[in-house]
This record gives sequence, structure tokens and C-alpha cells, in this order.
Amino acid sequence: MGLFAYLKNKFSGKKENPKAVETTEKYQKGLAKSRAAFWDRLEDLSKRYAMVDASYFDELEQILIEADVGVEWTMDLLQKLMEKAKEEGLTDPKKVNEELVDLMFVDYVESGDSVVNDLSFTPGKTTVLLMEGVNGVGKTTTIAKLAHRYQQQGKRVLLAAADTFRAGAVEQLKIWADRLHCPIVTGPSNGDPASVCFDAARYAKEHQIDLLIVDTAGRLQNKKNLMDELSKMQRVLGKEIEGAPQEVFLVIDATTGQNGIVQAKAFQDVFRLTGIVVTKMDGTSKGGIIFAIRSELGVPVRFIGLGEKMDDLQEFDLDEYLHALLLGGEKSDA
Amino acid sequence: MAFESLSEKFTGIFKKMRRQTTLTETNMEEAIREIRIALLEADVNYKVVKAFTQDVKEKALGQEVLKKVDPSQQLIKICYDELVALLGADDTAISFNKNGPTIFLMVGLQGTGKTTTAGKLALWLKNKGHKVLLGALDVYRPAAIDQLTTIASQIGVDCFSLGTNVNPVDAAVMAVEKAKAEGYQDLILDTAGRLQIDESLMQELTDIQTKVQPQETLLLVDAMAGQDAVNVANAFHAKLRLTGVVLSKMDGDAKGGAALSVKYLTGIPIKFVGVGEKMTDLDAFHPDRMANRILGMGDVVTLVEKAQAVMDEKTAEKEAKKMMEGEFTLEDMLKQMKSVQKIGSLGAIAKLIPGMPKLTEEQQESAEKRMKDFETIVNSMTPYERRHPDTLKFSHKSRIAKGSGKTNADVNRVIRQWEKSKEMMKQMKQYQKSGKMPPRGGF
Repeated sequence: MGLFAYLKNKFSGKKENPKAVETTEKYQKGLAKSRAAFWDRLEDLSKRYAMVDASYFDELEQILIEADVGVEWTMDLLQKLMEKAKEEGLTDPKKVNEELVDLMFVDYVESGDSVVNDLSFTPGKTTVLLMEGVNGVGKTTTIAKLAHRYQQQGKRVLLAAADTFRAGAVEQLKIWADRLHCPIVTGPSNGDPASVCFDAARYAKEHQIDLLIVDTAGRLQNKKNLMDELSKMQRVLGKEIEGAPQEVFLVIDATTGQNGIVQAKAFQDVFRLTGIVVTKMDGTSKGGIIFAIRSELGVPVRFIGLGEKMDDLQEFDLDEYLHALLLGGEKSDA
Repeated sequence: MAFESLSEKFTGIFKKMRRQTTLTETNMEEAIREIRIALLEADVNYKVVKAFTQDVKEKALGQEVLKKVDPSQQLIKICYDELVALLGADDTAISFNKNGPTIFLMVGLQGTGKTTTAGKLALWLKNKGHKVLLGALDVYRPAAIDQLTTIASQIGVDCFSLGTNVNPVDAAVMAVEKAKAEGYQDLILDTAGRLQIDESLMQELTDIQTKVQPQETLLLVDAMAGQDAVNVANAFHAKLRLTGVVLSKMDGDAKGGAALSVKYLTGIPIKFVGVGEKMTDLDAFHPDRMANRILGMGDVVTLVEKAQAVMDEKTAEKEAKKMMEGEFTLEDMLKQMKSVQKIGSLGAIAKLIPGMPKLTEEQQESAEKRMKDFETIVNSMTPYERRHPDTLKFSHKSRIAKGSGKTNADVNRVIRQWEKSKEMMKQMKQYQKSGKMPPRGGF
């Protein structure tokens, strides 16, 4: 059974559950641009060709690269696709497109373990989540959304403003903490972020906090001293709370190009990332970065930002994602 | 490795070609393919890459292979010419308003660096002797106004804001009134980040622009931006008639290819480049130099210009003359080192010099530490000793070592360094006389 049949099947049975329908709608809305730039273009392409030839694959290449799925991965994928088409004598453009999407799906699934994207909690112990990323990807906003999400689930959440560097960063998180009625630990501006972590860990232990989310200053991955600083923060947290930070998320802006993978690799080299959060997905047509990261790193995308509202940060769900990317805009599931 | 820098990639390709005596269609094809992948990996837009590689191929194939010219040089030339054409004409001057404040409107997606760049631009203008006002119009992002006011006080520039409970259009108008009334030469308006597809927020920008009539509407483009950058720029340009692009976060390891595509496809000139986290880290953009950098030929011009801005030209001339004549003292050497430090970090400078190997972060740190030690030791010498380090006896060295908290071996190292530099100066002089350049890699 092909991917399309699988998705259609899965989503046609889903209509009963209002919560699930809402999720599906969020994905469809947030990925509308990506869908137009990816699947709609593939469809148009298949209509222009009676049968596939070399120039068809050239056009496929353009579509994939323009979706920021990565040059190497695109080349790799097309190679496989051409071989398969040759082997099975596929010449129908529509079939070839579906084969391509199948290959993408298989590659995604095989590139890493399947994980539970939601955070896990141990009763009586603080789960520490360290948020990292380069400048301007939306770390602070994502933290607010995550805090909101887990508060909704009845968790006691604490924020730590360890971005002591950027002007206004602490204030920004404070405002969020205020709005969310969430406790926050801060330090002096330009102070040592590790000492903020220390204070926050202490506070968390004393106040039975379920989830401590640590905001860090944006840093470009090629600045060694700043990367060292992050390692120190991790050590301090681990000393105070055994096994902390249990989760280390890298936040990546969906509008980032090939450097997204470079970033993920650099952070992964230093910090054992446990997940990726892709932000600003609704603003770009380039959802392809999700595939590139997975294929290159095997680090799972855990959350995905589909809009600006608090609950627009969604747990990443591959089926929802593919459904929205491939079938999302269809009038009906038929 | 897929993600070495574009410069390195090109250097690799050209190295491969250097061993070949003729430029054949076959070896060209390979190089062109590599160039194509390199550009795509640098986030240059697919269509631009296609046009670029097509141009290079046609030009190269159509040309007779010049005898006695290194084929790689020939291809460098073609690539360089094409890249310069791609980057567009060097038209990056700011249109200053002679009859009132020059108004800059900073726009862009979230997180591209508008607020930081507004601060950098303010400092840049202030250093030109202007009276500058910053206007905080980002009423949406929490603490965005705090961020701008903090930056403003750091750089000693005034900042105007009406808080967050205000329409940004009204705030913009008030800011302009203030700038006019109080004789500010420049007003930089920092707006909230927004998606190009957000109709109402885009309309807000249009309204601000109509009301305040800015001389410059600058779009921030993140050097890390992917293929979508072109669509973003197109959308902003369609609504706002942008006058320029500022390319931010160029101190990262992203290649910034997207910004090149923006220039190519929209024709909006890139006016500034953000190159670091310090408020002084804003550079003018020069397409020819950028092309040079992409081609791995370094950017000696920028280096020289920066050095000039730091060093007073006249003393520089005097010093150069003195150095060339071999009268090179430890004082001169220290002065030189310090002016180099003023230009920027060693790593940043090394990137600009062709043939200079990339410094690792550790190498940079140890080099910077050695510079510091050098300074400490020289400062522990008497003025006479600094001018005549060759006369130092063991007892002098011990005293200096003690005074600086270093060892005799460290002092000896300083003297050896000085001797080496002095020798190099002499060689430079000979090269200068013979009209030849010293061999590369001698830096």
C-alpha cells in the first residue's frame, strides 16, 4: 500500500474526534504554503508531461531544492527514484511523484528511531529542558508556548532566564512569565548564565517543580566560547538535579537554508540533542528542512510552530505533517 | 564534507584544475557541476544558480583557451566576472536628506536582527558625527522596546518610544515630529518583525511608510536564510519599494547565498553587512569584495581600509617608511599589534587574507594570549630597551621577566619574534624594490 492510500485511510477515519480534527486543521493551515510550493508543483509538473524523461527529473530536482530539503539529500533521493523507475518501468509522472513521496517517507522513518515527542515526567523529579539555538529563531517565544502547554496539562512549570546577554531578553521572558503566571528565576544582565541555572535548579527542587525550562542566549554555532558556556550550564544543572538536563532542544527557524543542518550538527556535536523544534513553519513554503535534518542527523523533530497563537506549537506528527503537505488542501478525502 | 565554505569549495575545485594544462569540456563540466552544488549548498536560489552556471559555461566554452595562462585562472576570472555581475553594480550609498532628518525604516521577518542592526546603524551614523534618534515601533514582541532602549543607552544615542499601548503608525509620526523639532539628523525606526503573508501587519508598514516618507527602507535578510528569502524580499519589495538590504549574521558560518539571490532577482542593493555581536560590527557591502571572498581570493581591500580607519594615515606612512628602512623597534611592533587588534579578532582578519590558513578557535585563543603576553613583557621594559632590544643582557632579561611575571624564555621569545619581523620587513623592502610580491603563505 502506498503512502497516499495509507494517509487517506488514516485520516478518513479520524473525523469523529474533535481534538484530532483540530490538530489536523492546524497542520493544514500552517503548512498551506509548503503544500502549494511542494505538492501542488509536483502535480502541475505531472500534468505537463505525458511520460517522465531526463528533463522531468531536472524539474523534480528544482522543486526539491527549492523546498530546502538539502542538495545532497535531493541528489541521493533522485538517484534512488531514477533507479526504481527504471527497474519497474515507471513512466507515468503521477506514479513517479507518488514513488518519490514514498521514498521520502521511508527515508524519514528509517533515519532514526521513532520517539514519543511529548516530554516525559517522573513523579517527584524535575524534568529540565534546555533550549538552544542561534540568534533570532524564536527560542523565548517557543519557551512561552511550551510552558503554556505543560501548564495546561497541570504541570508546575518554572522558567530560567539564562539569556543574560541580549538586551531585553530577560524582560521578554519576564513578561511571558507574568502572562502565564509562571515563576521565573533571573540573574543580573551580563551575569553568568550558569549561576542562573544553579539558582533555578535549587528553586525547582525546593518548590517541587515538574518542568524547568531554561532559556539561553542565541549563539552562532561557530563561536566556541559561547558553546563552552552552554556546556558549563549543562554541567551545573546535572550537578543539582541528577540526569538533568533530560531534554536538550535545538530551535531552528524554518526559513533557514542549508545552515540549519550545519547548526544542528554543530550543536549535536557538543550537546547530545534530544530534539528539534522547528519554528515559523507557517511563514515559509520551505517545510523541507524537516526531512533534511532527520536524514542528516537522526535527531527527531519534537515540536513544530504552525502559527503565532499559544497553542499553535504542536507536537510533531509525521502523518499529520505528510497529510497536510500532500493532501491537506483537498476538498474531501475522496 | 558537504558544508565547507563556498570559498573553500571553490579553492578545492580550482586546485584540482590547476594541475591541468588545458581547459577541456570534460574537466570544465566537473568544475561547473561542483560550482553548481557549492552554490546551492550556499543557499543561492536555484534559478540564480542555473543562470549563473549556464553563463559561466557558455563564456568558458566559447573562449579559446589562452596559451600560457593557467586554466584555473581563466575560470576564476570568468566566475569572478559573473559573480560580480550577479551581485550587481556597486550602488550602496545612503540617500541622506539635506532638508531634515534622514529617516530609516527597518523591516523584515522576525528574528532577522532588526533591533540590533538599528542600534549598529545608529552608532555608525553617530560616529559620522550625526545626531541620531532611534524610534521604537515594535509594540508586539515582549520587551522589544526595552531591548532598543538598552542598546540606545549603551551606544549613547537617544531613543523615542510611546510604550506598547499605541498604534505604531502614530508612534512613527510622533518620532518624526520629535526628530524635526529637536534637530536630529537621522531617525531610525525599528519595526516589529512580521511575515510577508501577514496582510494586516504588512498594511501597517505601508501606512508608516506613507506617513513618514523614509529616505531608506531597509530589509533585513538573515545570512542563514534559505531558498525562501527571494519570496520574502519580493513580497516586501512589492509593498514597500525597498531601497536596500542589510545582510545580518554574516559572522556565522552560513554563506549568505540567499542574499546574493535577492540582489540578483530583485535588484535591491545590499547596503550593509552585520558581522558580529558588537555594536561596531556593521560593514558596508561591496559586491566585488564579496565575489572575491566567494572565490577564495580573500578581501585584502577591506582589510587595508579597516586598518586605515584605525591608524592615523600620516603616522602610518611614517611608520611604514621607518619599518621598510629596518628601524623597527619593539615599540613599533607593539603599536602594530594593537592596531591589528583594533581591526578585529585575529580569526576575522585571517579570513580576509588570501592564502592564510583558517585559524581554529583554539589557535586564535592561544595567538591572542601570546599577543597579550607580548604586550606585558614589552611594557616591563624601559623605553631604551624597547628601542634597542638587541642590547639586552641576561640581567636585564631577568629583571623584565620578573617585572612582567614571565620567564626569561618568554622574554627571549619576544626578542626572537622581533628579530623575525625585522627580517621580514627587510625582505618586503627588497621585494618592493624588485617590484615582485613576496611569496604567498608568508604571512
